[in-house]
Amino acid sequence: MIVNRKPLTLAERLYLPAIVGGFRVTIRHALRSLFGGKTVTMEYPEQKWAVPPDYRGAPYLVKDQDGHTKCVSCQLCEFVCPPKAIKIIPPGPAGELADRPNAEKMPHEFEINFLRCIYCGLCQEVCPEEAIFLLKDYSLTGLSREEMVYGKEKLLALGGVHGGIQKWKHKLEEAKEQENFPVKV
Amino acid sequence: MSNTATTETKPAAPAIEKIKVKVDGRELEVPKLMPDWQGKLVPTTMIQACELAKTDVPHYCYHPKLPVAGNCRMCLVEFGTPALGPDRKPVINPDGTPKIAKSPRPAIACATPISPGMEIYTQTPGVKQMREGVLEFLLINHPLDCPICDQAGECKLQEYSVDYGQSASRFVEPKVHKPKAVDLGPRIVLDDERCILCTRCIRFTKDIAGDDALGIVNRGSYNTLTAYPGKVFDNNYTLNTVDICPVGALTSKDFRFQMRVWFLKETKSICTSCATGCNIIVGSREEKVYRYTPRENDAVNACWMCDHGRLNYKWIGRADRLAEVRRQTSEGRSEKTTWTVALNEIAEKLKKAPHGSVAIVASARQTNEEFWLLKKLADKFGALTDSIGYFGEGDKLLLNVDRTPNRTGARLIGICQANVGIKMMVIADSIKVGKVKTLIVFGEDVTKSSLDAELLGKLDTLIVSDILPNETTKRAHYLLPGCAHVEKRGTFTNIKGRVQKFMKAVEAPGDARPEWEFLHDLVYNVTGQDGFLTIEGLFNEMAKDVPAFNGLTWAGLGDTGVTVPT
Repeated sequence: MIVNRKPLTLAERLYLPAIVGGFRVTIRHALRSLFGGKTVTMEYPEQKWAVPPDYRGAPYLVKDQDGHTKCVSCQLCEFVCPPKAIKIIPPGPAGELADRPNAEKMPHEFEINFLRCIYCGLCQEVCPEEAIFLLKDYSLTGLSREEMVYGKEKLLALGGVHGGIQKWKHKLEEAKEQENFPVKV
Repeated sequence: MSNTATTETKPAAPAIEKIKVKVDGRELEVPKLMPDWQGKLVPTTMIQACELAKTDVPHYCYHPKLPVAGNCRMCLVEFGTPALGPDRKPVINPDGTPKIAKSPRPAIACATPISPGMEIYTQTPGVKQMREGVLEFLLINHPLDCPICDQAGECKLQEYSVDYGQSASRFVEPKVHKPKAVDLGPRIVLDDERCILCTRCIRFTKDIAGDDALGIVNRGSYNTLTAYPGKVFDNNYTLNTVDICPVGALTSKDFRFQMRVWFLKETKSICTSCATGCNIIVGSREEKVYRYTPRENDAVNACWMCDHGRLNYKWIGRADRLAEVRRQTSEGRSEKTTWTVALNEIAEKLKKAPHGSVAIVASARQTNEEFWLLKKLADKFGALTDSIGYFGEGDKLLLNVDRTPNRTGARLIGICQANVGIKMMVIADSIKVGKVKTLIVFGEDVTKSSLDAELLGKLDTLIVSDILPNETTKRAHYLLPGCAHVEKRGTFTNIKGRVQKFMKAVEAPGDARPEWEFLHDLVYNVTGQDGFLTIEGLFNEMAKDVPAFNGLTWAGLGDTGVTVPT
C-alpha cells in the first residue's frame, strides 16, 4: 500500500513551533534535575549499578568453605565454551596434588581470555563441581591483551568462596568409616 | 585392490556351513562356526550373529580377542527356537512359517551358541529392563567421579548409563569404598572403586600376555582386583589392560590427567618402534601427541600393542627438534637458508658430481616412497647405498628383534641388502680413498657407525636430513629438517611384508618438510624425472616401478594394508 505524504501545514513549514516545543522538554528536564531532587543519570565509574541477582557477569573460579580449589580440571567448560575463551592445562601424572585430599586432581593452569568471553554462562551450567560462577563484574579493563587473560590465581582470588555439599570430603569420611571392614586379619 | 600381491597362502579353509537365524525379525545367514579369541573355529555365538546383523548388544566382559567369561550379564537377550511337536518335527504355523518357542529365560549373547532357525530379540521391553537392572546393580558401588576419571568420554559404563541408566539412584546405603590410586606396576594405576569386575584385564594378562599377575580377592561387594601379593604388574603389554578396561579402573600412568579424551584427534598410523608395524591411533591435540592406542588389524597386531612402542612418542615434541634449513658457508659457518636455495645448490652440486662419487645412507625408519626417490638419485650417480640396522630383544607376542619399521621396504626397493649395514664399510673405504666426495645421510647419526667424524671431514659435500640434532647434523654442509612419521603420510613395509599406510596427525615444527616432498623436488631438479606431487600419485608410481609392490595402489592399501612377497 502506498501512503501519500500529506502536505506540511504553515506551522510545520516554519519549524519554530517544533523548536520551541523541543526547548520546553529540555528545560523541563533541566529544571527537574536541578530542583526536583531526582537524578536520572549516574556518576558511572564512582557509582555502579546494582545488577539484578541473575545477572551474568564475568566467570570466576570459586573455592569451597575450607578454602580449597573446587575445580578438578575436567575441562568440560573448555569443551563447551563457544568462543574458546577457556584454556586449562591439566596437572598430568606428576602434577601438584589437589587441595582436597580425595579429589585427586586440580588444574595446573586455568586461563580465561576475557577478550573472547561472551558471558554466556555455559561454563557455569556445565560444571559438575560447581567451581565456576558468573559473578557480577561487567566492566573488565586492561592495558594489554595479555592482561585480559586471567590466570588461575587471579580467577580464584576474584571468585571468592562459594560453599557447597563437599562431596569429595564426604566420600573420604565414608571411606574412613569403612576402613576396618571387611575385617582385616 | 590387488589380491595378487597377497601371500597369505593359508590352505583354503573348508567351506563353513551357513545357518539361518533371525535377529530382531531380520533373517540372515551366519556361518555355523566362527573363530574364537585364539582363531580356533567354534560354534558361532549370539553376540557374533548380532554383530553380523549390525545390531549392537551392550557388553562389558565380552571381548572378541579374549576368552569368554560371561560374568557381566549386560548382553542378556531373549531368544526362541523352532518348536518341536510330539513327533519331533517342527511345528508349522498356519501361514507356513515354523512356530517359534520363545525361551522362558534370557541368555547371555556372548556365550550362547546359535542354532538353525533361532530368533534373537535384542530390543524387547524385557531385554531393556534387564539391561537397566544390570546397570543399576553395577552403579550401586561405582563412584560418580567422572569429572576426575580419565576414562570419561570413552567409558562403556557412561555410554550405557546414557542408554539404559536411571536419572537418580534408588540406593540409599553408603557405597562400598575400596582402595584408590593403587600402584599396580610401573605403568598402571588402579582405582578399585571404579572396577566393575569384568575380568577382561585378568584374562588378557593371563591368556594373551602370559603373565598371570592379576586376580580378584574378597567376596561379594568387596570383590577387589589386585596384583598377586608381592608381584608387580610389569610386563611389556600392561597398557593394553587400560585399553580394554571398560571403565576407569585401570589407567595409564603416562596418560593420567594429561588430556581429556574427547579433545584428542584420532589419526590412523603405524607404530615405528619395531618391524612388526602395529596399527595404531595417534591421539593428538593442538599439534601435540598425547598417546598411541592400538588399532585393530588381525593380520598384524589384533587389538594389542606393546608398552615399548606405545610410550615411544615423546621425542616428537622435543624442543630441540631441527626446524631450520641450514647450510655451511665457504668460511665454514652455519647459516640459516631457505628450501629453494638449499635444494637448488644441492641439485647443482649433484649434477656436477661424477659417476660413483656419491654415497647414500638411508634410515630404515623412512617410508617406502622416500626410499624409492632416494633410489632414483642413487641410480643416477651409481651411488653406494645402505642403511643401518637396530636390533634388540624380541618377545613372542609382538615386539620384533628388528627395531626399525621399514627395513623390509629398504631391501625390497634396493637401498640395502638383506644383511643391513654390510656396505657401510665399503662406503667408509671409498671416502677414505677419496672416491666418494658427496654423502647423503637420512635420519642416521653415521658417526656412531663406521663413518666417523674424521671421515666426514674428508667429504666435499655432506647432505643431512634428520629430525633431532646429533653429531652428523652438526657437520652437515646442508641440513634439511625432516618430519616424524606422525607429521607426514607414507607407507612402511613390516617384517612380514605387509605394506601399511599412515596418516598425518600433527604439523611439523618450523620449516621442516616431509622428506618425500623435498626429495621429489630434488629428484626432479637433478634427473628431470617428474614423479607426483601427491603421496597417492607417488605411491602408485612407485608400485608400478618396484617389482615387489606391483599391483598395489594407495587407495587399495585400505586402513589395514596389503601383504607382498618378501
